[in-house]
Amino acid sequence: MPGRPLTEPTDVPDPATDRAARRAVVRDAVGIGVAVGAYGLSFGAAAITAGLSTAQASALSLLVFTGASQFALVGVLGAGGSVVAAVAGALLLGSRNTLYAVRLSSLLPLRGPRRVLAAQLTIDETTAMATAAPPRLAGTAFWATGLSVYVLWNLATLLGAVGAARLGDPAVLGLDAAVPAAFLALLAPQVRARQTLAVAVAGALVALVAIPLTPAGVPVLLAGLAVVPLLVRR
Amino acid sequence: MIWAAVLLASAGCFGLKLAGWSVPAHWLDRDRLQRAAVLLPVPLLAALVVVQAFAGDRSLVLDARAAGLAVGLLLVLLRAPFLLVVVAAAVTAAVLRAL
Repeated sequence: MPGRPLTEPTDVPDPATDRAARRAVVRDAVGIGVAVGAYGLSFGAAAITAGLSTAQASALSLLVFTGASQFALVGVLGAGGSVVAAVAGALLLGSRNTLYAVRLSSLLPLRGPRRVLAAQLTIDETTAMATAAPPRLAGTAFWATGLSVYVLWNLATLLGAVGAARLGDPAVLGLDAAVPAAFLALLAPQVRARQTLAVAVAGALVALVAIPLTPAGVPVLLAGLAVVPLLVRR
Repeated sequence: MIWAAVLLASAGCFGLKLAGWSVPAHWLDRDRLQRAAVLLPVPLLAALVVVQAFAGDRSLVLDARAAGLAVGLLLVLLRAPFLLVVVAAAVTAAVLRAL
């Protein structure tokens, strides 16, 4: 590399190794997209169960494109919650994407339309892949994962919604029981540590107490307060 | 009304993402803020589990959804794949209702 002292270690391997590393990143990106497809199927079905149309379910996956927020929005609407409560829950769950974007913007200096496109693809999976990849492959990891997850998430949403709409009464099929199980499966990987498990239990208890006392959607927002003690006590 | 929620959530969630790409990094580079953002989904998701399984019309109810959730929990503890957890919960509730 011209102008570079020979003694400095370089992170650019020979072309063959580099190609192999890139291929591995793209393969992982496709694998993540397929795994996310399973969530997409159940999101499409959950949206129909909550009373949304197929067009509304697809609009959410195309435009919101952050799974937990989408599930929360349809969950609250399905329970009869107000638009304000549903949107507030979705935004609270989407706020972590802001911090992901901060981390990504230091890895990938993007401007203009590319930055806008990258913003829409800023989610758990793309951030995890971009930060785990070697720095020179961060861009490849981010865009490959973003494209793969975006395409498969949207296809799966459509499939799940059309399927659930055709199958008939969601309660007879037990689809209303699939929704809490989906949230539980989303939560499980995040509560392996004792402290996060305690926060989860606290959130669940707050919601249980709040259900008979507050309008639909509000119990979920109140549960967010469970993180406060951890923030005050350092 | 549903479309209003869809569009507001779309604009808001995109705004949250774009904001992170646009503000100077040091604005959000605070320990407590980072911890809050990382932890916030945990109680919210836990609350959604409870609400979706036990909420009636301003009341707590115990019905086939709870049985589905119990089966789902068992499978989650056994580290079963996502789709299996969801389908098993649905099938459990459907079978109980058909009995």
